[in-house]
Amino acid sequence: MKRAIALTINGVRVEAEVEPRKTLADFIREDAELTGTKLGCEHGVCGACTVLLNGEAVRSCLIFAVQADGAEIMTVEGLAQNGQFHKLQQAFWENHALQCGFCTPGFLMSSYALLQENPNPTEDEIREGLSGNICRCTGYQGIVAAVKSVAGSAE
Amino acid sequence: MKPPSFEYFAPTTLDEAVALLAQHGDEAKVLAGGQSLVPMLNLRLARPAALVDLNRVTGLDYVRAENGHVVIGALARQRAVERSADVAARQPLIAAAIRLIGHPAVRNRGTVVGSLAHADPAAELPAVAVALGAEMVVTGPNGERVVAADDFFVSYLTVDLAPGEVLKEARFPALPPRTGWSIVEVARRFGDFALAGAVATLTLDDQGAASDVRVALFGVADRPVRVPEAEQVLRGERPDDDRIAAAAEAARAALVDPPSDVHASAAYRRHVAGVLVGRALREARERAQASG
Repeated sequence: MKRAIALTINGVRVEAEVEPRKTLADFIREDAELTGTKLGCEHGVCGACTVLLNGEAVRSCLIFAVQADGAEIMTVEGLAQNGQFHKLQQAFWENHALQCGFCTPGFLMSSYALLQENPNPTEDEIREGLSGNICRCTGYQGIVAAVKSVAGSAE
Repeated sequence: MKPPSFEYFAPTTLDEAVALLAQHGDEAKVLAGGQSLVPMLNLRLARPAALVDLNRVTGLDYVRAENGHVVIGALARQRAVERSADVAARQPLIAAAIRLIGHPAVRNRGTVVGSLAHADPAAELPAVAVALGAEMVVTGPNGERVVAADDFFVSYLTVDLAPGEVLKEARFPALPPRTGWSIVEVARRFGDFALAGAVATLTLDDQGAASDVRVALFGVADRPVRVPEAEQVLRGERPDDDRIAAAAEAARAALVDPPSDVHASAAYRRHVAGVLVGRALREARERAQASG
């Protein structure tokens, strides 16, 4: 039986009727039509689907959309403002922190959450903060360098 | 990779949750953090007819110091417990164990009590509960009952919870004075479930001998296990390196039938368990000595 839910995603209210078994990730992609959020493993291992739920990084494949009823979600589409890259996106570009790009939205959201909590992380803290995201292209060095390059800079 | 259909309930009180669980019996599963249950649903390893989601129940997300215990409610997230000042001051072993669980995004949702109720034999928190002699507070249609951790963990993913019952809170005894602690594990990657792990606490008396010692292992049986064979070697003795080596050897020898799988053979797990017990006891000793 479908349920009516209403979420705020990147500041925009999204309402839909969903089956309880629909994950937040599928809701974001299919109902809110925001396909920046990627699904890799769909069982909480790869981190590609990471979004912010009420300000905290979570795996959107491990939460049902009905559980997020009333919540504020931020996805990778919420980073850029007025057509300008967020400083993290700019840093990923400049540091070759992506190749195929599939894991990038998850890395950006985990990095964003990390810097919200700890604006000036050490390299070890960056590596621990991003340990739940898997990249199969870059070998991670560029990703760590990108986050390091914006660490300590103002929002 | 999509979960099967289920009936979804989001009660707002614990009584309502218990009534729903009683009504649906063993067809129902409790959903708290969902970091173990939802993967099992997505992979269709679990197919409950009904999910009773505790997340809308208010007043279950507490972490507090109470009567010499750290008391953790069913909805306290691992991340909140990891950062709790009460936990840091009274039972830092819990926070250290949580830092070995998954990754920040998993700990933001995952709950301490959910990990205990799920009872993966390779998980950290059940072993901490067994080592410390934590108490499990179970609520059901017939009221509340308290179960000792050692009785609570029955077997692989199986705990002493009847259909209709829910694990409401866990009570961990605070660390006594002059007590050191340690949790160490070997995992294939940081944040993975352990191939094997060890928990130790060591209390020193005025003469520097071990007045209390607790050793528990995880990942080496169908449930977390205390290792009295290793504890006996040290109890009442000065925990010097030779004694600790003997305790580690006793732990290794006591392991009857550790699991063997594609990641580690039984022989490897037995060997690693001995090494980890030694490492944990040495670290616990250092901390006990440093605590004055």
